[in-house]
Amino acid sequence: MRYIDEFRDGALAQRLAERIAAEVRPGRTYRFMEFCGGHTHALSRYGIAELLPPGIRMIHGPGCPVCVLPIGRIDQAIGLALERGALLATYGDVMRVPASGGLSLMRAKARGADIRMVYSAADALALAQANPSREVVFLAIGFETTTPPTALVIRRAAREGVANFSVLCCHVLTPSAITHILESAEVRAYGTVPIDGFVGPAHVSIVIGAGPYEHFAEEYRKPVVIAGFEPLDVMQAILMLVRQVNEGRAQVENEFARAVTRDGNLAAQAAVSEVFELRPAFEWRGLGEVPYSALRIRRAFAAFDAERRFGLAYAPVPDHKGCECGAILRGVKTPVDCRLFDTVCTPESPMGSCMVSTEGACAAHYSYGRFRDARLQGPAT
Amino acid sequence: MCLALPARVVALVDAETATVDLGGVRKPVSIALVPEARVDDYVIVHVGHAIGLLDPAEAARTLALFAQMPAPDAPASPS
Repeated sequence: MRYIDEFRDGALAQRLAERIAAEVRPGRTYRFMEFCGGHTHALSRYGIAELLPPGIRMIHGPGCPVCVLPIGRIDQAIGLALERGALLATYGDVMRVPASGGLSLMRAKARGADIRMVYSAADALALAQANPSREVVFLAIGFETTTPPTALVIRRAAREGVANFSVLCCHVLTPSAITHILESAEVRAYGTVPIDGFVGPAHVSIVIGAGPYEHFAEEYRKPVVIAGFEPLDVMQAILMLVRQVNEGRAQVENEFARAVTRDGNLAAQAAVSEVFELRPAFEWRGLGEVPYSALRIRRAFAAFDAERRFGLAYAPVPDHKGCECGAILRGVKTPVDCRLFDTVCTPESPMGSCMVSTEGACAAHYSYGRFRDARLQGPAT
Repeated sequence: MCLALPARVVALVDAETATVDLGGVRKPVSIALVPEARVDDYVIVHVGHAIGLLDPAEAARTLALFAQMPAPDAPASPS
């Protein structure tokens, strides 16, 4: 497909790899965090890790909305469907996220809960219009990419007076999570690795623009290169980060200029700020409570807020004790350092957040990277 | 989760809807967030919504940047 295939050219990838290897300073280690799960997935799927010189280490960040959704939020959704008789609609990615009591949305559905997968927020509203006698709740998750469609659907429900529709809002924000990784109190508990730069989000940045990272690059002296999700985009961004580090610069650069502008999509931003406001705190799976890192529905749209409508209270639920997701998300540990990895924790039966979605650090390593490890260790006995 | 694909607009259906061509598959998407989209523009589609426009000139510039890499058998330019 146009604008995809050209950005996957193998010969160009080899040349980019040689350029990166030529510009890396001998003896120096470059630690870059790719925030987005989309980049984590591209690094694993296209074998980019193998093309990079040994001096470059990629740290997989928490930018996978499915992975960072805490157990307590899924519990709320399951409770609405199983105990309150609501018809719950959500994106397919959320169905397998493990919740309390060995449940997930998929397993709750098997117990008789009416849970439907939808492709778009608009499909959830259509379900409400087709089932006027049922309470229909849309479990809305995602970063800034996915938030504007939710804002549109709430606005439309208000305009058309759809009385049986509400949204359980779990939308989270990218810049606050990046900041949190660098300065949270938990850094003391987990230890930390110095991060030399960030591969910035692709599609999130289409909406918010390159501007929001400028303050961040300046205040924390970390280079940020916004990159598309195709393999050549990721490699070009790594090359640009290496150059910034070598030259002692900490700037926001935009490799994904074909879709990202400095100001972003203003129509989308206006819809989001009309419907949503900042939450003082939100729990992220693997990161804990992060201040001002998520959105909630404004009072003007309270009728469509499932938390208000059903009087929901949030109860945090700890992860499995052996789970190392918190340390993996900060780059302190790698998936193979976790004793649950590939033993009790697999993509079919995930225990921790990083194994839940194909974009999670553990799931990506399980699907692609572990074969590389096996080869390095030689044949199993 | 944030995955999105570039698709070509083939028809404007109403003020908020367009038909796009995604590698040969045609489907309706919302253009409420990209009201400036016109036929033959490429839009970036995510969960049934166009969230941005693709700039063909910038895409060409990025591709040209990759192509400037020295070929494997050419000596790297001194820097």
